[in-house]
Amino acid sequence: MAMTRKKQRTTMIVGGLVVLGIAVAIIATALKDTIVFFYTPTEVAEKSISPTTRFRLGGLVEKGSVKRGEGTTVSFTVTDNAQTINVQYTGTLPDLFREGQGVVTEGKLDRAGTFIADSVLAKHDENYMPKEVADSLKKQGYWKHTEDEKKQPES
Amino acid sequence: MARIEKFANPTRFLRLQEKVQPWLAAITALLFAVGLYYALAKAPADYQQGETVRIMFIHVPAAWGATMVYAFMALSSAIAVIFRHPLADLSAKAAAPIGAVFTFLALVTGALWGKPMWGTYWVWDARLTSFFVLFLLYLGYIAVWQAIDDYHRAAKIAAIVALVGAVNVPIIKFSVEWWNSLHQPSIMSSSGSSVHSSILIPLLIMVAAYSFLFLTLHLLAIRSELRKRKIHQLQLAQAQKV
Repeated sequence: MAMTRKKQRTTMIVGGLVVLGIAVAIIATALKDTIVFFYTPTEVAEKSISPTTRFRLGGLVEKGSVKRGEGTTVSFTVTDNAQTINVQYTGTLPDLFREGQGVVTEGKLDRAGTFIADSVLAKHDENYMPKEVADSLKKQGYWKHTEDEKKQPES
Repeated sequence: MARIEKFANPTRFLRLQEKVQPWLAAITALLFAVGLYYALAKAPADYQQGETVRIMFIHVPAAWGATMVYAFMALSSAIAVIFRHPLADLSAKAAAPIGAVFTFLALVTGALWGKPMWGTYWVWDARLTSFFVLFLLYLGYIAVWQAIDDYHRAAKIAAIVALVGAVNVPIIKFSVEWWNSLHQPSIMSSSGSSVHSSILIPLLIMVAAYSFLFLTLHLLAIRSELRKRKIHQLQLAQAQKV
């Protein structure tokens, strides 16, 4: 008798958690567009977002694309290695803002398709190493950036 | 199960706890001394983040600890509900404040790291939001125990809160993979770690230090909970006599 009670309670807990898990999974899937913190250039191209909508655009700052304008105005290209979007921003950039590194910007598209950002955040990747190691990896041609760039769009 | 049952006996538990307590405290202190020395003085600065990387040695173990302690709390609650062990409820109850402090520490250090690195203290991305929910779950769990006087009723409702909230644990873990987020992905993957050994080893020592800190405080907290219950029972008995 005691055993069946224990089994009953176990079934209740496991069953409850499974149902709850499914419910959360359904909600999360339905709200996927709201839960994502930013859209990649590919997603922006697919969605055809209107110029009045504010959203966040994320990806890598394309190498060689950063151009300083007047004052603190800066323009650069955000890429996910499939699509690119030009970004214009006036303000201070975070320390980690670098070419080839991840970035998340917030703003609106203008009619020409340029993203006018009013905030730029740097996205850090999961690689941690001392400077000497990074330098020697670069020297030996083992630098992993090509791999990172492939991974970046889905992360 | 027989072995766990042996320690589920409160008297045996108290005797064992008294014996291991000084050892656990000593190991914790030693691990923190070595870990903090390596983390704050010996480990190299990061090629991108510079010295700011040192915040990670406090932040990452706190965040891992906070999540693991919650999983442990939920497991204890499940054991309490299923097997009605006298110590399982107390184990869950004693773990909650420690987990809440770990969570708070991870939130604060994360914000302090975020400002110089990301350019903001806080954003509502999937990782940060689900981790904030973890903090609320801890507070809610603690509040249940505070609000309900009857021990068994409080234990039952708290266990349900802990078990329902357990859904959040995998969400925290996988939030950076399922959704675009500002927070970086996990440094641990099936193919190893993306952290250089000179930074990873101090980090792992800190993880061990946090684990032993939890173990030490947790057993101590169960002890004081047992004493508290004993006092409560004696008071009740006294009141009935008068």
